[in-house]
Amino acid sequence: MADAKTLTHLERLEAESIHILREVVSEAEKPVMLYSVGKDSAVMLHLARKAFYPSPPPFPLLHVDTTWKFQEMYKLRDRMARESGMELLVYQNPEAKERGINPFDHGALHTDMWKTEGLKQALNLYGFDAAFGGARRDEEKSRAKERIFSFRTASHGWDPKNQRPELWNLYNAKKNKGESIRIFPISNWTELDIWQYIHLNDVPIVPLYFAEQRPTVERDGMLLMVDDDRFPLRPGEEPVMRSIRFRTLGCYPLTGAVESTAKTLPDVIQETLLTTTSERQGRAIDKDAGGAGMEKKKQEGYF
Amino acid sequence: MTDVVADPIYKTDALIAEDIDQYLKVHEHKTMLRFITCGSVDDGKSTLIGRLLYDSKMIFEDQLAALEADSKKVGTQGQEIDFALLVDGLAAEREQGITIDVAYRFFATEKRKFIVADTPGHEQYTRNMVTGASTADLAVILVDARKGILTQTRRHSYLAHLLGIRNIVLAVNKMDLVGYDQAIFNRIVMTYRAFASELGITRFTPIPISGFKGDNITLRSDNTPWYQGPTLIDHLETVEVNSAADAEKPFRMPVQWVNRPNLDFRGFSGLIATGSVRPGDAVRVLPSGKTSSITRIVTLDGDLDEAVAGQSVTLCFADEVDCSRGDVIALADNPPQVADQFESTIVWMSDEAMLPGRPYWLKIGTQTVSATIQQPKYQVNVNTMDQLAAKTLELNAIGVANLSTDKPVVFEPYKDNRTLGGFILIDKISNATVAAGMLHFSLRRAQNVHWQATDVSRDHHAALKNQKPAVLWFTGLSGAGKSTIANLVEKKLARMNRHTFLLDGDNVRHGLNRDLGFTDADRVENIRRVGEVAKLMTDAGLIVITAFISPFRSERDMVRQMMQPGEFIEVHIDTSLADAEARDVKGLYKKARSGELKNFTGIDSPYEAPVDPEIRIDTANLTAEEAADLIVARLIP
Repeated sequence: MADAKTLTHLERLEAESIHILREVVSEAEKPVMLYSVGKDSAVMLHLARKAFYPSPPPFPLLHVDTTWKFQEMYKLRDRMARESGMELLVYQNPEAKERGINPFDHGALHTDMWKTEGLKQALNLYGFDAAFGGARRDEEKSRAKERIFSFRTASHGWDPKNQRPELWNLYNAKKNKGESIRIFPISNWTELDIWQYIHLNDVPIVPLYFAEQRPTVERDGMLLMVDDDRFPLRPGEEPVMRSIRFRTLGCYPLTGAVESTAKTLPDVIQETLLTTTSERQGRAIDKDAGGAGMEKKKQEGYF
Repeated sequence: MTDVVADPIYKTDALIAEDIDQYLKVHEHKTMLRFITCGSVDDGKSTLIGRLLYDSKMIFEDQLAALEADSKKVGTQGQEIDFALLVDGLAAEREQGITIDVAYRFFATEKRKFIVADTPGHEQYTRNMVTGASTADLAVILVDARKGILTQTRRHSYLAHLLGIRNIVLAVNKMDLVGYDQAIFNRIVMTYRAFASELGITRFTPIPISGFKGDNITLRSDNTPWYQGPTLIDHLETVEVNSAADAEKPFRMPVQWVNRPNLDFRGFSGLIATGSVRPGDAVRVLPSGKTSSITRIVTLDGDLDEAVAGQSVTLCFADEVDCSRGDVIALADNPPQVADQFESTIVWMSDEAMLPGRPYWLKIGTQTVSATIQQPKYQVNVNTMDQLAAKTLELNAIGVANLSTDKPVVFEPYKDNRTLGGFILIDKISNATVAAGMLHFSLRRAQNVHWQATDVSRDHHAALKNQKPAVLWFTGLSGAGKSTIANLVEKKLARMNRHTFLLDGDNVRHGLNRDLGFTDADRVENIRRVGEVAKLMTDAGLIVITAFISPFRSERDMVRQMMQPGEFIEVHIDTSLADAEARDVKGLYKKARSGELKNFTGIDSPYEAPVDPEIRIDTANLTAEEAADLIVARLIP
C-alpha cells in the first residue's frame, strides 16, 4: 500500500504544473497561454486541460506568429484550439510584416522584430497581466536560475538580480503597476520527461518530430528543410530528400533537422537517450553574443 | 588530466538500444528526489554538481566542447575541465567567479529523477539557501576535508534543520587532497556529530568523496577501502522522499479554485498536502467547520478511486456546502486548527528591515490574510545559534516572533505540515516577498480574549450627538500647516455644534506615546496607537481630527482599514519640501540639515505622499482659512 502511494516523477511534475496553472488563474486578472505549437507547448496545453477539467482552460491561447513556421505547425495549432475549446489569438507584428522581415535577409533582426517585439506588442494590445510560457530550466543556463513566476517591467525587461524568492509552492503573484508576469509551469521538466509524458498521455504533437523523407539542403552546418517556395536556394544548392526529423521546432529557415529513422515515439525517445548533442543546438538563436546569448535576450524582453 | 574527461561512468542502459519499450515501462515508475547542496565558497559544490550531471550523462558533446573551451579561457582548474562552469549560469556570475542565486539542476539515474537546488554559500545569501531548502527532501552538506567543520557548515546545517529537512548527508569532499586519510574523515564526522545533536539533528549520513576525481560519487572508490557505507548516488537513490511520508498523515487539501463549468457541476480543485482521500470519505471544510462527504475525485482521465498527497485533483461533495479559495478540506474527525495569533520563526529576506506593527500580506497555502508581527522575542545568530535580543529583523536575519492575523487562518505546526505551516510575507506597497516563516503553535490568548458586548451601541452614541462619526486624517511634511489648519477646522465645526476632538502629533507624544522615538518602527507604533484611539472615539460618536506627519502609506492604510467604510477621510496637506523648509516654524529642518536631528521626514526619512486622498490641500494656492472652509464643506455638505 505504501509503495502504491509513492508518486512517480511524472506524477509529481504533473501535479506541480497543475498547481501552478490554477494559482495563476486564481490570482491574475487576465492570463493568457503563449502557444508556440512545439512539444513543450503541447504538454503545457495538455496540463491546462487537465487542471481545469471539466471546464475548458479559462484563458485564451496566444500564438506570436512570424509567418515562417512550418506548415504542419499551423495545422496542429488550429486543430488544438478547436479541440480544447479555447480562443486562439494569432499576432503578427505589423511592422515586421510591412517591412518584409525574414530570416534569410535579416538575421537576428528577424527574431527580434517578429518574436521579441511581436510578443511585447501582443501583450500590450490585449492587456494580459500574466502569460504562461513553456520554457524549461534544463534548456539553457540562464533559465536554470529563473523563477517559476518571473516578473517583467512595463517595458517587458527581466532583472535576474532582483527576483522574488520562491519558497515551498507559495507564489507571490502581486504585481506593481505596469508589471506583468511570465509563468513557466513546466520549469522542472526535462526533455526526456516531456517525451515520456507525451508517450504516456498520447499528447498530440506536430508530425515533424517523427522521421520522414523531406526535402532538405545543408547550409552553414545545419540541415534545413525546404518547407515552402519562399526558401531561396543559393547557387549550387539543390533540395535533397533525406529521412529527417526535428528535436525542436521554430521558424523553418532557422531550425536544424537531424537525420533519423525514428518514426514512433519510443524510437524518438530511444534516439534522444542515445544522442550526444543538446537539444537547442539545432537553433541558431542561442549562439549570438557568446554564452550569455539567452540571458541578454531575456533582459531585452524575449520570452 | 585525461581520466576526468573519460567516458561518463553512468553508461546508458543497454536496454535503451535493445528494447526501448521495456526500458520505458521500467522508467515510467521512477520516483523523484529533490535535494539541496550547501557548501562554502571553495568546498567544490559546483564541481560536485557538474560531476553528477556529467556522470549521469546529462552533459552532451556540444556542451562538453563548450565546457572545454571555457575551462581554458576562464576556468580555475588550469588546463583541466572546470565542472563549476557548467552550473555558474549567469554572465555576471561567471565574471565574478561566484554563484549568486538559486539555480535548479536536473539529472536522472536508473532509479530516480533528481532536482538539485544549487545555492551559494556566502553569508549574505541565507535567503537563497532557505528558498532552496523549502522544497528539498534532503540536504547535502559539503565540507572541505582540509578545513573540516566551518562556521558556514553550522549555518547550513541549522538552516536545513530549520526548514524541516530530515535527511542530511555530510559529504566530506576533496578527500584526494588529504591522501584519503580515514583519521581525518573520522575526526570531521565526530566534530559534526557533536554539533548536530545540539541542533536536534539525530541522524545524518557521512560519505567521503572527491567531486573532482569522482570517488564514492557513483562508484565505490578503491582509494577508501576503509569506508563501508553507500556511495552518494546509492544513498540518493534509496532514501525516503517527503511525499511518501506525507501520504501517511491525516487528509488536508487547500482549495485553490472552484470549478463550476455549469449548474450541474461544482468541484473543488487543489493539491493534496497530506494524507489520502477516497469517494465516501467524510470531510470537513475549514474554517467554517461544515461537513460533507466526497462523491467523486474528478480528472480528465476519468474518476479516481483514491488520491494521495502530492496529487492535484478536483473533489466533489455530496452536499451544497460553502467552500471557496483559501478554505481547507480535511478529514472530518481529525481537522487542523484555526487561529489568529501564532508564534513563528521568521527569516527576513528584504533590504528593508521588518517593522513590528506594520501590516503585511501573509500567504499560507491558498489563504492570503493581513498580518502584523510583534517585536521579535529574539534573533538567532546563525553562526553560533545564540539567541540575541532584537527590535527588528534585517536582511538574512532569523528570529522568533508572535504574529496576529486579521482573519482566522487554518494551520498546522510547520514540523507536521509544510503546506499549512509555511508562509511568506509580502510588503503591501512594493509587493515584494520580504520574508518566509514557519508557524510553531497558536497562542491560546487568541481564544480567551473576547469582545465585551455593550448595550449602548456606536449608532446610539452617534445619534445622541446628531452627527455621523468620521476621522479627518491630516498627513503632510513637518511645517506644512497640519496643526494650524486642523485647529481652524475644529473651531469651525464647534461653531456648528459638532462634537469633535483633535489629536495632535506633538501633544500625543507628551503622553500616550512618550515611550516612542522616531525610528521607522516607532513611527509605525505611534500611528497604530493613534489609529486605535481615533477608532474608539468614532465609536463614541465623535468627529476626530488628527494631525500627524504619518509618513508611510502602509500605516495610513492600516488605520483606514480599522474604521467603518467611508468614515476615514485622508487629508493631504500638500506642501513642497522647499516651502516647508523655508518656513521652518519650529527650526527643525535646520537641526535636521545640520545632523543634530536624526530620522527627520523629508530629510533622512522618507515621506510617502497619498496616491488618492479624499481631500488634497495645495498650500501654495490656499490660505489656511480657505483650506479649513474647503475641508468643512467636504465633511458637511
